[in-house]
Amino acid sequence: MTSDLFTYTLRLADDAAILGQRLGEWCGHAPTLEEDIGLANVALDHIGQARNLYSYAGEVEGAGRDEDQLCFLRKEREFGNCLLVEQPNGDFAQTIARQLFFSAFMLPFWRKLTGSRDETLAAIAAKAEKEAAYHLRHSGEWTIRLGDGTAESRARMQDAIDLLWPYTGELFEVDGVVERLVADGIAVDPETIRDEWHATLRRVCDDATLTLPPVGWMQSGGRSGRHSESFGHLLSEMQYMQRAYPGMRW
Amino acid sequence: MATDQRIAAIDTAAARMRAWEIAAEVPDPEVPVLTIGDLGVLRDVRLMEDGAVEVDITPTYTGCPAMSVFTMDIETALLKAGFPSVRIKTVLSPAWTTDWLSDEAREKLRAYGIAPPAGKASRRALFGDDEVACPRCGSLATEKVSEFGSTACKALWRCTACAEPFDYFKCH
Repeated sequence: MTSDLFTYTLRLADDAAILGQRLGEWCGHAPTLEEDIGLANVALDHIGQARNLYSYAGEVEGAGRDEDQLCFLRKEREFGNCLLVEQPNGDFAQTIARQLFFSAFMLPFWRKLTGSRDETLAAIAAKAEKEAAYHLRHSGEWTIRLGDGTAESRARMQDAIDLLWPYTGELFEVDGVVERLVADGIAVDPETIRDEWHATLRRVCDDATLTLPPVGWMQSGGRSGRHSESFGHLLSEMQYMQRAYPGMRW
Repeated sequence: MATDQRIAAIDTAAARMRAWEIAAEVPDPEVPVLTIGDLGVLRDVRLMEDGAVEVDITPTYTGCPAMSVFTMDIETALLKAGFPSVRIKTVLSPAWTTDWLSDEAREKLRAYGIAPPAGKASRRALFGDDEVACPRCGSLATEKVSEFGSTACKALWRCTACAEPFDYFKCH
C-alpha cells in the first residue's frame, strides 16, 4: 500500500520534473540569448526541486527506488503531475502564461509548506520558495511586456491565457490524500492560497491590459494519471536513455 | 579524564580543525574567487569513529550543477591531505542565503567584476527593483538585462554610466 505522504511528495516531484523538462525543450530555441539562458535557469530550478522531492519520495516509500527510478522508469498513468505543466510550449506567450499560472500558485504554496510538520518537505519548500519568486517575477514581467506591447504580442498573450486557463482548476483540487495530510498538518490546503493567487494574476493582467477569464469549467485528470495526448511523447523523450539502456549511469 | 584521553581529544579537535580548513578552501568552480567557506556552503565537518571525515554542505540553488563538483573537489582535497575516507552529506535546512556572505567575500566578488548582492535577502520585495552598483565604476546608474545569468546565482546587468555589462550575484 502506498502512503499518502509518498503520493503527495511524488505529485510535487512530477509537477517540478515535467515543467523542467518542458522548459528544457527551449534550450537553443528561445527568442533571444538572454531568454534562452533564463528559461534553462528556471528549468534547472525545477529539476533541482524534483530531485530532492523524488529522493524523499523514494525514502518514504522504502522500496529501494531512487530519484532516477521514480522519474525515468514509471509509466504515463503513474505520473501524478497536473495537466498544466505538461502542456506543450506552444509559442513564447504560452510558455510564459503556463509559468505565470504555476509560479503564482507555487510561491505561496511553498511559503505555506515551510510550516509543514514534515521537516523534509518544509526544508525543500524553504529553498524552492526563493526560486519560485524569481520565476513569478520573470513570467510576470514578460506577461506585462507582451500584453502591453504590440497588437500582435498582445493578441498572442491573451490567446495563451485563454488557452491555458482551464488547466488552473487542478491546482486547487483536493482529494483524500490532500485532505488527510492537511488534517495532519503536513500538506497545504490549496484553498488557503486561492485569494493570493488570483490577486497576483489580476495585478499582472491589469498592468498587461489583459483580461483574466472567469472561473468556469476546468480540466481535470492529471493527479489520477489521466494525461494529455502530448504527455506520452514528452515521457518517451525524457525517459529514452533509461529505457534504451536500463540502469545506465553517467 | 586521563592524560592519554586528553591528548586523544586534543588530537581529534586539531584534526577536525584541519579538515575544516582544507574543505573550506575548496573554490567555487564557477566563481573561483570564492571558496565554499566564503559562500557558507560548508556547514559542518565531523571526525567519525571509523576515521572518516563527514562533511555537511548545503546547496546554493537546488539545481546548481556546481554542487556535484563541490562534492568531488572536497573529497579529493581531504583524501590528498591524508584523511582515509570522506563522506559528504547534503543538508537543506536552514536554506542557504546570500546573507551568509562575509564582507570580505563581497569585496572579493566586486574585485573580480561581479556585483555583490545588494541588501538583505529577507527584505526583498517581489516586484521591487534592486539598486546595484557597477563593480567597475561604482555608478548606481545600472539596469537589469535579464533575471538569469551564466549561473543560477547570477543576473545580467549593464552600467549606463561606463557602458560595461556585468554579472550581479543575486540577493537570495
